[in-house]
Amino acid sequence: MADTRVPPGADADDAGEGQELRRTEHGAQIHEVAATTTDREFTIAARTQTQMVLRRFLAHKLAVGSLVVFLIVVVASLIGGRFWRYDYADITPEFSSPPSLKHPMGTDSIGHDSMAQILRGAQKSVQVALMVALLATTFGALIGALAGYYRSWTDSALMRFTDLVLTIPAIALLAVLAANVSETAGNWFFIGLVLALLQWTYIARVVRGQFLSLREKEFVEAARALGASDARIMFRHLLPNATGSIIVNATITVAVAILLETALSYIGLGIRPPDTSLGLLVSTGQQAATTRPWLFWFPGIFIIIIALTVNFIGDGLRDAFDPTQTRVRA
Amino acid sequence: MISFIIRRMVITIPLVLLASVLVFILVANSGDPLADLRGRQPPVPPQVIQAREKMLGLDKPLPQRYWHWITNFVQGDMGKTIRGVEVRPLLWQRMQITLRMVVLASIIAIVLAIGAGVLSAVKQYTVTDYTFTFAGFLFLSMPVFWLAALMKEYGAIRLNKLFGKQVVFTVGPESPNLAGSFGHRLADYAGHLVLPTIALALISFAAWSRYQRATMLDVLGADYIRLARAKGLSRSRVMVRHALRNALIPLVTVVAIDTGAVFGGAVITERVFAWQGMGALLVQGVETSDPNILLAWLMVTSVLVVLFNLIADVLYAVLDPRIRYG
Repeated sequence: MADTRVPPGADADDAGEGQELRRTEHGAQIHEVAATTTDREFTIAARTQTQMVLRRFLAHKLAVGSLVVFLIVVVASLIGGRFWRYDYADITPEFSSPPSLKHPMGTDSIGHDSMAQILRGAQKSVQVALMVALLATTFGALIGALAGYYRSWTDSALMRFTDLVLTIPAIALLAVLAANVSETAGNWFFIGLVLALLQWTYIARVVRGQFLSLREKEFVEAARALGASDARIMFRHLLPNATGSIIVNATITVAVAILLETALSYIGLGIRPPDTSLGLLVSTGQQAATTRPWLFWFPGIFIIIIALTVNFIGDGLRDAFDPTQTRVRA
Repeated sequence: MISFIIRRMVITIPLVLLASVLVFILVANSGDPLADLRGRQPPVPPQVIQAREKMLGLDKPLPQRYWHWITNFVQGDMGKTIRGVEVRPLLWQRMQITLRMVVLASIIAIVLAIGAGVLSAVKQYTVTDYTFTFAGFLFLSMPVFWLAALMKEYGAIRLNKLFGKQVVFTVGPESPNLAGSFGHRLADYAGHLVLPTIALALISFAAWSRYQRATMLDVLGADYIRLARAKGLSRSRVMVRHALRNALIPLVTVVAIDTGAVFGGAVITERVFAWQGMGALLVQGVETSDPNILLAWLMVTSVLVVLFNLIADVLYAVLDPRIRYG
């Protein structure tokens, strides 16, 4: 899908800009040549693949804005709880108080500060999502790489295994497994692990598809002729070419994992009290949606902000890695 | 073509069998169905527990239990719940309730997604495109339980106040003790369906419309579209006859695959609106560690997923003649 090689036509803007730059540099150099003697008449700044992707990503304003917001939310949720004046378990004398300067997001019926709880909940959700993205991407890419590179029976076996995992509905497996180990069930690490066990299939399919076509390219043949080992071809020659789609899919996995984790916590099979998560907060806040709306709105909006920014970042990355996809020729 | 379908079906049989083993091991290791009995105060005599174990077949080794279960299952006997209720009629009844919620929502979602996706692609980078794109991303990022609860807690109450009587309902698939004329009952069903349908439709619409937009853009960039325009066909004819027809093929397969998952996928929405469907059955099965409910539920949904994957493959081959039946 996302091909990291830059197609000749697609990069027209960048090339034009580059030429412009070279011309002025050339002019500048000529003047200087008279004064100082340089061994080169002009310099050409060659951009690496990474620089080009980065430039295209930075040009995508929505994606950059989303990245900033997402990073703020992540940092706030991971360490913000320590700096906030209340702990998520603290019980304050004000109960059911609407948002005020003292409690920017109000308090619940027992007197918990909602902001402290939301920060704690977001922390758990973000931890789960990042862990899932990391594990699922690594495992999925590995399975996909092996299947796509070796083909034949390795491919068949691995892909049937992928199909098998796909037949089990995610929420059902989670429900069964989460109930299984009740001591650890509320543990974010366990939930992340289970989610990762299911989420790798999509990345595996994408990477396999890329490897199937990449392995036929001439540069692979050249590497093999030079005596490169299978592992070297896979990790040094093929994998870098599939980076684009892997990264894009990793961001999508983050968004999916956030929504899955909150849904699971909402039905009571995810993170459990006394700890808290955004899904759990919505679930308790829902009962009071009309009388104490802040309990319902804030955690929900937090989920949407996280998932939305991640999705926008993914979209920006997709465009950055593959400029052909969004351009219509007709 | 026929041999392609048969070959595909033959592959799915071992897949389903493997899935059944996996499901069985999973359920056998998840929770103790007798935990409730063991934990009771005053303690239940051990003979009672042993008798119950024997009844559920828990005293036998795992492979033997699996064999017993799978042979009964393929004959249509799904066993009984811990409370002694037959699982098959229970599952069937719950599935009908879920279907009622899901079918209409899926149809609405498909129509909306095609419309929005195509319009977005044709008018790429215009206000229309940005509006649909933003809506798509928003619903893609919105937890279904939050959207459903939002409509339930705010929308329903306002709407009912507006009409001066209860027109949309927020609990269950129908009013308790529902009776009366056919028209009256139909209105009641419809009133209960409105909110879950909108919630489910909007969430499914999001992913599908993004997908439809991408495929439509792909098609619009193809050379044969330029050719069609160049030889003088009208824009609308090119859009509908040449572009749309081809851009629908990938969506058909995506929808088919998602439909398989949808039977189990309405778990959350059912929970919000208190429908006693498949989702509620799963939660009940998990909470009581009821092996036969869980086994039947997981098996039926995985068979459906496999089945709809097969349908997707076949549809793809039928609709796109370029696909080789390899």
